[in-house]
Amino acid sequence: MNQVAELWIYLSATPLFGLTATIVIYVLVHSLYVKLNQAPWANPVLWSIVLLAGLLSLSNTPYPTYFSGAQFIHFLLGPAVVALAWPLWQRRHELARRAWAVLLAALIGGTVAAGSAVAIGYALGLPSEVLLSLAPKSVTAPVAMGVAAELGGIPALAAVFAVLTGLLGAMSGKYLFDAVRATEHAARGFALGTAAGGIGAARAMQVHPDAGAYAALALGIQVLLTSILMPVVSRLIGG
Amino acid sequence: MDGLKGFAWILLAQSLGEIVSRALKLPLPGPVVGLILMLFALQIPLVRRHVSVAADVLLAHLSLLFVPIGVGVLSHLDLISQYGFRILLALAVSTWIGLAVTAVIFRSVNARRAKGAVEPPANPS
Repeated sequence: MNQVAELWIYLSATPLFGLTATIVIYVLVHSLYVKLNQAPWANPVLWSIVLLAGLLSLSNTPYPTYFSGAQFIHFLLGPAVVALAWPLWQRRHELARRAWAVLLAALIGGTVAAGSAVAIGYALGLPSEVLLSLAPKSVTAPVAMGVAAELGGIPALAAVFAVLTGLLGAMSGKYLFDAVRATEHAARGFALGTAAGGIGAARAMQVHPDAGAYAALALGIQVLLTSILMPVVSRLIGG
Repeated sequence: MDGLKGFAWILLAQSLGEIVSRALKLPLPGPVVGLILMLFALQIPLVRRHVSVAADVLLAHLSLLFVPIGVGVLSHLDLISQYGFRILLALAVSTWIGLAVTAVIFRSVNARRAKGAVEPPANPS
């Protein structure tokens, strides 16, 4: 027993632990998700996070120890953003035909998502640094952190908001789209990429290639718009 | 091998993106500049053949990539606990408004351009 404990202490402190735990748990949760016909509530990101957080707290493993292994997966977020070029390139003719519709939906949708978050937060009396961290919540977490820092918000808080927004969107999108009768894959994917960032786009890619391509497009546009326009707008409003 | 070569192209584009973003002090993160550069590089058939393999693998498992940061977020939940319910309300309602408005606008702008198109059946997204 002592030897097992020693082995555990050794293993849980190496990068191998975080990497193995993340991939094994994700693979298990994902196969269950597929078995459940990709039911929104069975979202693999949510359940992987919950199970891993439980594992870390049960085994008393600090987050930095876990991250020393998980960083190899986290690192791939950058290359994945570059890889979004591929689905966009494949549908370039279709996208060129829809250019105006796409830009209009991205601009209005992105503005409404960010604006309504700030407006509701303001009405509920949240402090301004929280409001500034809420504004970029629709883009993926790493980008949201950078933009929040630029705006004068709190980057860690912005990452929390971005992940929660992505999970909420990925898990409730289906019901919402059915309610507003948005049946087209392109429209659903585009909305997920615009208002629910990378986690929303990941959900769209699992559901249908068309939804995935438009989600990738929406995500790319939203990252561009948020990074460029949000600091300008906030300077204009804040003076 | 094509997949590995594609990954090399992707990393090159990202690195170049970082350099351009920093050198020109762009407000865009390096990977986003890399995405734009990659759109141009994909004109070359050889690059396309390699990158298509690597990109499909990376994007097929996109949701896995958010797990490490998500675990970090869960350990930071105390950050929002002091604002409690108010913050969850703001997050949820604005996400729903954003999703619905975007989907409806996208649909109506496209519907006007494609009159007479047959309504596609419901889908699980």
